[in-house]
Amino acid sequence: MRVSAIGCTALLLLAVAACGGRDSGGDTGGTGGGTAAAGQCAGQQTTGITDTSIKLGGIYPLSGPASAYGDIPKGIKAYFDYVNAEKNGIGGRKVEFVVRDDGYQPPKAVEEARRLVEQEQVFALFQTLGTPSTAATWDYANQRKVPQVFVATGASQWGTDTAHPWTIGWQPNYISEARVYAAYLKKEKPDAKVAVLYQNDDFGKDLLGGFKRALEGSQVKVVAEQSYEVSDPSVDPQMRNLAESEADVFLNVTTPKFGSQALAADAKNTKWNPTHIVNNVAASITVLKPVGFENVQGVVSATYYKDPNDPTWANDAEMTLYKQKMQQYAPGADVNVPYHTFGWAVASSFHKAMEAAACPTREGLRDSVRNLKDVKVDMLLPGVTLSTGQGDGFPIESMQLMTFKGERWELFGDVIDTRKEFGPLTG
Amino acid sequence: MSTTKAKVERPASVRKGGGRFDWRWAGLAALLAAAVYAPFQLVPFHVFQLTMVLVYAVALLGLNLLVGHAGQISLGHGAFFAIGAYTCAILLDRFDLPYPLTLPLAAAVAFVLGLALGVPAMRLRGLYLALVTLAIAIFLVPLLKRFEELTGGSMGLTLAKPTPPAWSGLAEDQWLYFLTLAVAVAAFLLAASLLRSRVGRALHALRDNEIAAEVMGVRLSFYKTLAFAWSAMFAGAAGCVYTWVIGFVSPDSFTVNLSITLLAGLVVGGLGSLSGPVLGGLFVMFVPSISQDINDAAPGVIFGLLIIAVMYVAPTGLAGLAGRLIKKIPRKE
Repeated sequence: MRVSAIGCTALLLLAVAACGGRDSGGDTGGTGGGTAAAGQCAGQQTTGITDTSIKLGGIYPLSGPASAYGDIPKGIKAYFDYVNAEKNGIGGRKVEFVVRDDGYQPPKAVEEARRLVEQEQVFALFQTLGTPSTAATWDYANQRKVPQVFVATGASQWGTDTAHPWTIGWQPNYISEARVYAAYLKKEKPDAKVAVLYQNDDFGKDLLGGFKRALEGSQVKVVAEQSYEVSDPSVDPQMRNLAESEADVFLNVTTPKFGSQALAADAKNTKWNPTHIVNNVAASITVLKPVGFENVQGVVSATYYKDPNDPTWANDAEMTLYKQKMQQYAPGADVNVPYHTFGWAVASSFHKAMEAAACPTREGLRDSVRNLKDVKVDMLLPGVTLSTGQGDGFPIESMQLMTFKGERWELFGDVIDTRKEFGPLTG
Repeated sequence: MSTTKAKVERPASVRKGGGRFDWRWAGLAALLAAAVYAPFQLVPFHVFQLTMVLVYAVALLGLNLLVGHAGQISLGHGAFFAIGAYTCAILLDRFDLPYPLTLPLAAAVAFVLGLALGVPAMRLRGLYLALVTLAIAIFLVPLLKRFEELTGGSMGLTLAKPTPPAWSGLAEDQWLYFLTLAVAVAAFLLAASLLRSRVGRALHALRDNEIAAEVMGVRLSFYKTLAFAWSAMFAGAAGCVYTWVIGFVSPDSFTVNLSITLLAGLVVGGLGSLSGPVLGGLFVMFVPSISQDINDAAPGVIFGLLIIAVMYVAPTGLAGLAGRLIKKIPRKE
């Protein structure tokens, strides 16, 4: 007891000595040692940005159950390394991208956000991944007035909320995705009867709720719905119940593991052959492969960025550049992993937003990401662009449908812009 | 076990050193002084880290009672931590209770649940008990997601943090730190006095030899259940403070991983010693980020290797290691 008490004291004192003084004792969440701009951007925060550099911090699950997403920052890093080396950075500013691991745990995400903002003095949090980690950190980011841009989660709250102007999403939110499927059904099967399997959490409910709302006033009806928990061993019982509804469309709102279970159950049941729509989260090739490609022919889904596995893009200039630079700046990484592509596209989006900022300040970035007008970004599908504005906090709200043919997804129809079809999305 | 030996030795040395300058109290006083001084010197981020160390230390204090002193393995400590955190969050969110009131209520709820779960669980031994506690940790996450009206489902609950009163002149992070420090000091005093009492002696007896303890008149099931409940209470209190500090709870914050990390932290810190939980708290808080600095491709591997390394060098935990080192220094007696 005595011994370690002394040890602890020594440790604490060491820590105190090593970290030096606190700049302002009565600081209540101000800039904490930040710097401010002069000139026309007077008074705005310039922490983490100089004329030659810009420092960004990202928080991803590099370890733990969701560590597959750890490939996203590799794509981002490769993009920034390429821009730094060959394009003289973003407007002359070299990007430094600091990645921290939260293991998909919200308290870790809070700690890492504070580390990035207070210790690393980053200019902005460029991506937090996952709805829980983002929900745990957005109060902090907004209190400190640090931009938290292009968070990697499809929850709709990042765009509908008005109390957190410093936080913004990027990918199509689940409600927008649901609207794409609704638009497809209204056009192709105007009197469809739909059976829905959904995950019983914010993701599943966001998508299902958005789907039902988008169907209002049409002849398309949801005739059966079944939910499952992430902890359930199998969705077979739910699938049996749904088959009894004899619906002619099946909407599969699941995460990968359950997605392949539902696809397999549908393939096994020869008496019930609905049009099978699987949501984007569970539409990767790795989900379909174990079911057997011959069993998933004609399945429908939607996407918004170019799949590196799709031969359609074999001679595409953006795809060629992406593959070449990934090999150069991220040697060892598999260019065909779509998460790398996702990272590349989101980094390119940041590049465009930062370039368009009126002031090279935190306020400048905050305003720029909320004032995007049809911005074209590398690796997004042709026709999918970034748009935000007053009352619209969702950068991407367009998707294109695809159907599974042979051993890959094939795009069909035009890009569906859900803004045009359904109007703005509000809370 | 060496900790038992230390317990026997200590009264002797205290008696021997009676009247002389007591290093133990001086050390404690210095530690407390440093703890009070620290938040005025450190940047808010480090103050936050120290606050979390204290939160984990309070939780580990409870686990230490159960594992270190009573010799029962629990892989479900994180569940009681979660129960405390959620009790506190729900009271703040749904009933708008002032936050100082949430602490005793959260601790009480955790105590009662610990008692209720302890009655059946404590009839089991060793691995069987470990499995039952593991099950508690596993089923809590889906359970929290199920009662959405109350718990906010998988989206969790976002709460306002306690704001420092104007008279204190403190920043938010400093105020939270002092609240946590106060809870931690109270928890340590409570644990220390508990261990010095009849209960502590009974727990040690049943850890060292159940049959002998029963022959001596210790009611095994009663004390085991009580140890379980006390340990749950400390975890609940820690969970509540956690809610104050983080301002956000979600089921995914309290996975089985938390329980296992807590147990690992305690074993590394030192089982059965009062300073073990503090060292364990430091370990749980800082080692994952240190291991990430070493290699950010596989932080989990480095973390695991560090645990193995510590256990090789210090089989009795960091507290035991410090004790051994000090003993090597020649002393005038």
